[in-house]
Amino acid sequence: MDFISKNLPYLLAGISVGGQYALIAIGYTMVYGILRLINFAHGDIFMVAALVMVYASASFPLYVTIPLVLISTVLIGFLVERVAYKPLRDAPRMSIMISAIGVSYLLQNLALYITGGLAQIYPSIPLISNSVSIGPATTKVVTIVTPVLTVLLVVLLMWLINHTKIGMAMRAVANDFETSRLMGIKINSVISMTFIIGSFLAAVGSLLYFTNYASVVPTSGAMPGLKAFVAAVFGGIGSIPGAVIGAFIIGICENIIKGLGWTTFSDAFTFALLIVILIVKPTGLFGEGASDKV
Amino acid sequence: MSKKTNMIISALLLLALFGAVLGLEQMLPPTHIALTVLKKGCIYALVAVSMNLLNGFTGLFSLGQAGFMLIGAYTYGILTIPVADRASVYQYFDGGIVQFSVPVIVGLIAAGAAAAVFAWLIGLPVLRLKSDYLAIATLGFAEIIRAFFQWDKLGRLTNGSNLLRKFPTFNSIAFPFIVTVICIGIMVLIINSSYGRAFRAIRDDEIAAEAMGINLAKHKRMAFCISSFFAGVGGGLLAMYQTSIQAATFRSSMTYEILLIVVIGGIGSVTGSCIAAFLFIASSEWWLRFLDTEMYIGSFKVPLLRTGFRKVVFSIIVMAVVLFARRGIMGNREFSVSGIYDFFKKKFGRKEAAK
Repeated sequence: MDFISKNLPYLLAGISVGGQYALIAIGYTMVYGILRLINFAHGDIFMVAALVMVYASASFPLYVTIPLVLISTVLIGFLVERVAYKPLRDAPRMSIMISAIGVSYLLQNLALYITGGLAQIYPSIPLISNSVSIGPATTKVVTIVTPVLTVLLVVLLMWLINHTKIGMAMRAVANDFETSRLMGIKINSVISMTFIIGSFLAAVGSLLYFTNYASVVPTSGAMPGLKAFVAAVFGGIGSIPGAVIGAFIIGICENIIKGLGWTTFSDAFTFALLIVILIVKPTGLFGEGASDKV
Repeated sequence: MSKKTNMIISALLLLALFGAVLGLEQMLPPTHIALTVLKKGCIYALVAVSMNLLNGFTGLFSLGQAGFMLIGAYTYGILTIPVADRASVYQYFDGGIVQFSVPVIVGLIAAGAAAAVFAWLIGLPVLRLKSDYLAIATLGFAEIIRAFFQWDKLGRLTNGSNLLRKFPTFNSIAFPFIVTVICIGIMVLIINSSYGRAFRAIRDDEIAAEAMGINLAKHKRMAFCISSFFAGVGGGLLAMYQTSIQAATFRSSMTYEILLIVVIGGIGSVTGSCIAAFLFIASSEWWLRFLDTEMYIGSFKVPLLRTGFRKVVFSIIVMAVVLFARRGIMGNREFSVSGIYDFFKKKFGRKEAAK
C-alpha cells in the first residue's frame, strides 16, 4: 500500500502524458504511413497550437478560444503540407525530410519573433485545471480526462478509417501510393485530410499537455514531438493502435524513471528504447513487415 | 590545364585568401562582427564538410553531428584545462579526476579520436538501419550522449551540468583557419581516394556496390567514424571559440543548422558546404541584423522590424532554397580553378569561332 501511495502520482502522470503523446503520435504515424516522411514539423505545430491558445485566451472567452485553436492548428497543418511538402512529392525522400526540418526551423523562429523570446504563461482552462484527489494522490482533472478523451478519439478515428470512404482511400494510399493514384483516388486530398486529422489531434493534445505546464516557449514542441515519434516507431509505424499503446508505455516508463530520481535520463530512456526496438524488431510492436524490392 | 598547375593555382589562391583574412584582422577592431563571422564560419565549414562526407558522399542520412561535436568539445576541454585552474572549474567535484593537461593540438586530435571511438561503438548497431530510421536513431544517440554529459555521477569528469571553462582558446583567426584547411584537405583526399569512390558507389546503389565487392559494413562504419572524427575536432574548435562548454547548448537544432548548411551548399559538394557555411553564419549573425532594429524612413516606421525578425526572414530564405533550388548553390559540382578556366575557355573559344 505504501508503494502504491508513493508511486501513484507518477503512474497517473504517466498515463496522462502517455495519452497526450498518443494524440501527437497519431499524426506522425498516419503521415509516415502515407508519405514515408518523418514530419519533423509536427511537434512545432503542437507548440503553435499552444501559442494560439495563449494569445486567443487573452481576448476571447473560452467557448470561442478552443474552437479557434482547433481550427487554426488544422489550417496551419494543411498549409504546411501544401506549401512545403506537395511541391516535393516526386523528389527523393531525403529532400522532403529536409523540407520538414526547414519548416520546423521556420515555425520555431516565427514563434520566437512573435513571443519576443519570452516564455508565455499558459492560461488555465476551467474544469480540467482543477485539482482532484484519487486515493492518496492529488492531481489535476486533466490527468483523468486525457486517457478517456484519447481512447474516445482513437475509437472515432478507427471508425473513420475502417468505415468511411475517405478512410478506405487512406488505407489504399498507405498500402500502395502509385496504384491508388492510378485507381483514381485523389492523392492530394487524401494527404491533406491526413494532415488535417493529425493537426486536429495535435491541437487537442496541446490543450491537454500544456495544462500541466506553466508556460510555452518556442522549443516546447520539439521534445514531446520527438518522443511521440519514438512512440509511433515503437508501436509500429503506420499502425494507429500501435502508436497509442507505444505512447502510453513511453509516458508511463518516463514518469516512473522520474519517480525513481533519474530525471536526467528520462529523455535518454525514450531514445534508448527507440534504438533497442529498431535493432530487435524494426517494424515495431504492431507494424507490418515490408520487404524491399530490388 | 594540367592537374599540377591546377593544384598550384588552388594552393596560391588559398594562401592569398589566408593573407587577406589576416590583413582584415589587422585592419578591423578585434570585436568587429566580420571577424566573429569568419571564425564561426571556419568552424561550421569544417563540421558541414564532415556531415557532407556522410550524408552527401556516402548517402547515410545521419543527424548525430551535434552529439559528436559535444564529445569533441568535452574531450578537448577536459584534457586541456591547466592543472592549476582545475580546482576552480571543478569546484563542486573536488577538482575533478583528470589531473594533467595536454597541449592544444593533442587536445584537438584527442577530441576527434574520442568522437570517432564513440561513432564506432554507436555505428555497430545503428548503421544496420536504413535512411530515415538511421536519421532518427542517430538523433536519439545525440540526445542520450547529452543526457550522460549532464549527469551528476560523472561530474568528476564532465563537471555535471556546470560550465567547463578556462581551457586555452584562440585569439587570432589564423588558428581555426589553418585547422579547418588541414582537416578539409584530409577529407578531400579521402573523398578522392579509392575509399571515397567506394563511399560514392554505396550512395548511388548499395546492391550494385556490394556486387562489385565493396564491403558495405566496413565502408559505412569507416565513413561514419571519419565524419565523426572531424565533427569532434569541430566541436573542440567551437569550444575554443565560445570559451566555455555546456552540454545543454549542443541540441538537435545545431545538427539541423549544419544540415541546412549542407543542403544550401549542395549535397555532395565540399566547396559548396564551405561557401554555404560562411553565407549562413554571415547572414544569420551579420547581414540580416538590420532587420532586428526598428527603422524609420522619415516619420514612417517600417513595420515588422523587431528583435527576431532577422531569423524569420532567414528561415524563409532557407525554405525557398530547400523548395525551389533543391540542388543548392553548387549542386554536386566543385568550385575549382580548372573548372573556371574551362568555363572561360569555352565561352571565349565560342566567340572566336563566331568571328
